[in-house]
Amino acid sequence: MSTPDIDALVNRSYRHGFVTDIESDTVAPGLDEGVVRMISHKKGEPQFLLDWRLRALAHWQRMREPHWAHLRYQPIDYDAISYYSAPKQAKDGPKSLADVDPKLLATYEKLGVPLHERARLAGVAVDAVFDSVSVATTFKERLSAAGVIFCPFSEAVQKHPALLERYLGSVVPYTDNFYATLNSAVFTDGSFVYVPPGVRCPMELSTYFRINAANTGQFERTLIIADAGAYVSYLEGCTAPMRDENQLHAAVVELVALDDAQIKYSTVQNWYPGDEQGRGGIFNFVTKRGECRGRNSRISWTQVETGSAITWKYPSCILRGDNSVGEFYSVATVNNYQQADTGTKMIHIGANTRSTIVSKGISAGHGQNAYRGLVKMLPSAQGARNFTQCDSLLIGKHCGAHTFPYIEVRNPSAIVEHEASTSRISEEQLFYCLQRGIGTEDAVNMIVSGFCRTVFKELPMEFAVEAQNLLAVTLEGAVG
Amino acid sequence: MSATADTPPAVTATAGASIADTGAVPAALLDIRDLHVKVGGQQVLRGISLAIGAGEVHAIMGPNGSGKSTLAHVLAGRPGYEIISGSVSFEGRDLLALAPEQRARAGLFLGFQYPVEIPGVNNAYLLKAALNAARRERALAELDAFEFLAMVRAKIKLMQIDESFLSRGVNEGFSGGEKKRNEILQMLVLEPKLALLDETDSGLDIDALKVVANGINTLRGGQHAIVLVTHYQRMLDYVVPDVVHVLARGRIVRSGDRTLALELEKRGYDWVTEQAAA
Repeated sequence: MSTPDIDALVNRSYRHGFVTDIESDTVAPGLDEGVVRMISHKKGEPQFLLDWRLRALAHWQRMREPHWAHLRYQPIDYDAISYYSAPKQAKDGPKSLADVDPKLLATYEKLGVPLHERARLAGVAVDAVFDSVSVATTFKERLSAAGVIFCPFSEAVQKHPALLERYLGSVVPYTDNFYATLNSAVFTDGSFVYVPPGVRCPMELSTYFRINAANTGQFERTLIIADAGAYVSYLEGCTAPMRDENQLHAAVVELVALDDAQIKYSTVQNWYPGDEQGRGGIFNFVTKRGECRGRNSRISWTQVETGSAITWKYPSCILRGDNSVGEFYSVATVNNYQQADTGTKMIHIGANTRSTIVSKGISAGHGQNAYRGLVKMLPSAQGARNFTQCDSLLIGKHCGAHTFPYIEVRNPSAIVEHEASTSRISEEQLFYCLQRGIGTEDAVNMIVSGFCRTVFKELPMEFAVEAQNLLAVTLEGAVG
Repeated sequence: MSATADTPPAVTATAGASIADTGAVPAALLDIRDLHVKVGGQQVLRGISLAIGAGEVHAIMGPNGSGKSTLAHVLAGRPGYEIISGSVSFEGRDLLALAPEQRARAGLFLGFQYPVEIPGVNNAYLLKAALNAARRERALAELDAFEFLAMVRAKIKLMQIDESFLSRGVNEGFSGGEKKRNEILQMLVLEPKLALLDETDSGLDIDALKVVANGINTLRGGQHAIVLVTHYQRMLDYVVPDVVHVLARGRIVRSGDRTLALELEKRGYDWVTEQAAA
């Protein structure tokens, strides 16, 4: 590949809505109609999208922040947040890996992130990341040959407005909840995927490959549509530990599966969790929902949550199509002063719909971990079934695990099963491993990985390894 | 110690070696000197002295609560025990100063009476990690998955274990007999210098007992020392010990050869414990 080609590819990621017409990096804090109009204008959005954003804003201004979750945190000052922060230009970042916090680099090292990727994650100004660029190119060619659309959200706004207008907000309406509504008003970018009828996406789609993924900001919006008979597996990796103060991250992910379609969505979330004293860290208030709109469709959520100071997240499935299947596999880990309130909602509407929930919560340090899950069987859900397994593992004496299952059954033929357990890493298990010559840290990792095994095996191979490493890093020092 | 007269030559020969002069006299592999141990404020070991040479098989017998399992656990470094006085050297090193995993890597193996279940952790994975930890310690190259499997297969057969065993969770859903066989399998794979087998015979039917005994006898010989902690003598029909010690109230009250175990079976523990109390 010649140098001009590489330049073109690298620069292309900045062209769409970002760099060209922006003087400063960040707009003044606070949110009003002017800010929303500015965002929409900078992105050159069509009228329908601006109108949609404005309706969301008007709605949000009448909403109140919810406080039902098992979480404690300082109030968020929404007037102190800047709602548009363009990606920093390359020249503002650290000049080389030598300028990057060694602690951050050590984490990447442990995660096994490739060197050029570490540079990218750390925001190093790399002129041309050869491997990534060439990988990204071949991969774009293969996808377009298959007819798959995979691009930044802002690019989809330009190139595929009809698809957007049809599906945006069709699963998570702009009125949905405080954070989703806020996101609808001010989202900046994210991913867009459309897999046409009958197409099996030829590769795992991952934000890893999306060149501009590093700077999509705190209000991401992702929309994935699998048309009839299509299949797609999407990997969302947030393995960049961010060093910001309590930053709000309010993303929305919408999935739509039509007849016989299947979407597999895997997340490894490792936003900055705050320090050992609980200072700093991301407030992660995320709305993720998929709709099995068509018959025999299937949506699987697999998540490994190890980061963030606060996690508020319930990847859910609306099982509208008859015989559709929803799955939720989750590992949520909290250490130090992290708090997580996470789980899922399975809304059974169609006949013979099935859902499986496997939740593994691990609490260490002073961490607080809550599973919150809703299984709802509507009168139309003839013969529907749910199985829920919810296990908690405690490490140490100062952490907590909580389970809040909600079950609503309005069809007598529906079957709901719920199993729950809470256990500790026992001295016996630990001593057994030590007696076999395995060190404390390795032993804890081994026991925790075993506990999470049913979830890890749902992850794509390379992700499973990363998830395991991530757990190890998160639980470092959890057992003294 | 009142039992000195019965102590066989193997023990007295090494009893004179101290931790300091490991050079001249061939020291015992394990040398316990006047060990006093408390647990939960109560004294459970009251002056244990015992020397075990490389290649020897010792049986430690005694009634329930005599302290024989405690001794095995203290040697392995289980937390929760308070060592009041005494010393233990292992190959001339101060064993009590080592962390449990260091003791294991140095070649000390404890076969558990009640092996714990670790759900979701692959049996083979744990065993390979254990083996490679020991190999690193000995500056040997780590085995990869294929070498490991080849090595384990033969030993699995010997223990009459199905190969599917390896991919199951550690002791997860194993029967009592399977757990004990798994312990011996681990021992055979790790080839420890000293194997402490805590009531490995308990809960086994006669067929399983023979398999387990056969496994233990396979390790026997060469430099491997074995300590059988047991309540009953029936195991000793299959693994014949060089020395038998009787523990009562935290002390070794009698040591002898194989015949001591048979006599115990005939006369019961009261016979020795009364002598000790007298």
